[in-house]
This record gives sequence, C-alpha cells and structure tokens, in this order.
Amino acid sequence: MMEDKTILRVITKLVVPVIVLYAFYVQFHGDFGPGGGFQAGIIFAAAFIIYGLIFGVGVARRVMPAWATRVILSMGVLLYGGTGIVSMLMGGEFLNYSVLAHDALQGQHWGIFAVEFGVGMTVAGAMITIFFTFAGHVKGETSNGGEA
Amino acid sequence: MIETGVENAIAIVLLVFMALSAFWLVRLRNLFAVVMLSGIYSLLAAVLYVVMDAVDVAFTEAAVGAGISTVLMLGTLALTTNMEKVHRKPSLSALLLVLTTGGLLIYGTLDMPRYGDPMAPIHQHVANRYIEQSGSEVGPPNIVTSVLASYRGYDTFGETVVVFTAAIGVLAIIGRSKGDLMPTSTVARRRKEDEGEDHQASASTEKETPP
Repeated sequence: MMEDKTILRVITKLVVPVIVLYAFYVQFHGDFGPGGGFQAGIIFAAAFIIYGLIFGVGVARRVMPAWATRVILSMGVLLYGGTGIVSMLMGGEFLNYSVLAHDALQGQHWGIFAVEFGVGMTVAGAMITIFFTFAGHVKGETSNGGEA
Repeated sequence: MIETGVENAIAIVLLVFMALSAFWLVRLRNLFAVVMLSGIYSLLAAVLYVVMDAVDVAFTEAAVGAGISTVLMLGTLALTTNMEKVHRKPSLSALLLVLTTGGLLIYGTLDMPRYGDPMAPIHQHVANRYIEQSGSEVGPPNIVTSVLASYRGYDTFGETVVVFTAAIGVLAIIGRSKGDLMPTSTVARRRKEDEGEDHQASASTEKETPP
C-alpha cells in the first residue's frame, strides 16, 4: 500500500507542480529549444500518473475526472483540425498558417502555437486516459493503483 | 562539439550496451525485470540520439520509450501476470525465420550511405531548403518545430489522430466508465453485471491454476 509511505507522498506533492511547470515550459518554448507539444503532453500526463501511482487512481480522478480527460483528448484534435479549417476560411490551403495574420511570419507563429497546443492536449489526454483506464481495472483499485 | 573520435567511441559503447540489454531481455523470464530493462534500453537509445545531436528525438524517446511505455507496461502486468510462460521445446523454424530476417536486414544496410555522409540522398532533398529558408519562411529558431508543425503539418495531424485513436481504442475495449457519464439505472445494472463477471473470473482462475 503506497499511502503508508510518507516520504513518497511528500516528495510527490513537491515534485508534481514542478513537473507540470516543466511541461508548460517544454510546450511553449518548443520554438526555441528542443521539445514541443508531444513531449509536453507526455510530461504533463506523467505528473498525473505519478500522482495516481502514489495516492491512488481514485484520488487522482477527483483532480482530473474522466470527462475532463475526454474533453482534453478531443479538444486537442479539434484545435489542430480547426486551425486548418480557419486557414482555409481565410483563403489559404488546409494548415497553411501564413494567411492567419496580416504578416506571413506572424501567421506561422500563431498557427504553430495553436497546432502544438492541440498536439499537447491530445497526447496528455490520451496518456492520462490510457493509464487511468488500465490502473482502474486492477482488483481492489482505489488505493494501490498500478502497483505491480 | 565533441571530437569525432570520442563521439564514435561513445556511440560504440552505447550500442554495445544496447545489444547486451537486448540479449538479456530475451533470456529473462520475469516480465517485471523485462519492462525495467526495456526502459533502460530506451534510455540508452535516447543518449545515443543526444550523441547524434538529435535532441528532439532523444527527448521524445526518453519521455515515451523510457517513461510512459514503462508505466503502461507495468499497468498491464498488474492486470495480468509477471511471469512468462516457458515453452520447453526450442523451435527450429522460429530460429530460421529470425536468422533469415536478421540477415536480410543486415544485407539491406549494405546499400545505405555511410553514417554522416554529406552526399547521402537524405541531405540532398528538402533538408537544404529547411536549413536555409525556414527562418524566413516559418520563423522559429528550432528548425525541427518548423518542419513538424508547418512544413509537415499534415503528418503531425495524422500522428495526433493516431494518438487520439489509441486512447479511444483503449476506452472502447476496457474503458467501461463506472458511473461518470451514465444514468444511475445503467450504473446499477452494470455494477451487477461486473459482480457476476468477477465471480465467474475468480472461479475460472481457481480452476486453471492449481497451487
């Protein structure tokens, strides 16, 4: 039973906010350094997975309920596809971001920002969904999620 | 930049470690150890990508291969079992198949350009355009981001949909929601069904695995 392990619980509480912050850094700094939506989504999901591993999937589900992960999962793909549709409506090709703003480079910047955010949302939603679904099936689950 | 000689030496050491862990993976019967070792394998691959200056790929490999895959495999082990069933009889046809496939793959590499060859086809196609023009065409200083999100936007869209589909697949197969999206009558009925299944499942496992 993980909830008896005080050190793990305290360290997890300290580490989770840092992981989430790092995920946002990787998400929004991907234009300048390594990283991007995919890696950021995984790191963001990792924060919730470690929380679920230590405190149990039931507790983690109260922070991030099933409907929320499903909305995030779907909104990511819609945001990506929607960016493409908007660029079509503004007179360009599907996913041609140059038309999104008065200036082609600015349009590219906004387009990449939106698209990367969509990727991040879908990846984070998918990883959290998959892990919680797996862990939620373990016998007697509420407290010892994922403990092999 | 590290000198080429040192870089090659590091790459060779890493590749040797990867080969060793691959052989060890085959020998292991405890699946818990197998999952851990495949995580180590992914981490070695990530370091190798860093040596090759492909930091974005290394980042992904470390996050996905060493991180999430390990956790998901552990989750799977928690649902199933952590010992592999041992097949006593070694299969000759399987060995033959593996050796043939391996031989063909090595034969295939003979046609490939040398590692780092600037005249390789991959460096002659669109790569030059990306390196020279992406700054004025797309903008971000990280060319990888320009390629993934803008030049290859269609491919990345496809990848996102694949990830989405994977999650939907897991939800459709084992993600029976317990009470979060359904009316209470359905929840009660499902719970009853679940209890029935649990009894059956425990009964059948007792039969299958005598102590």
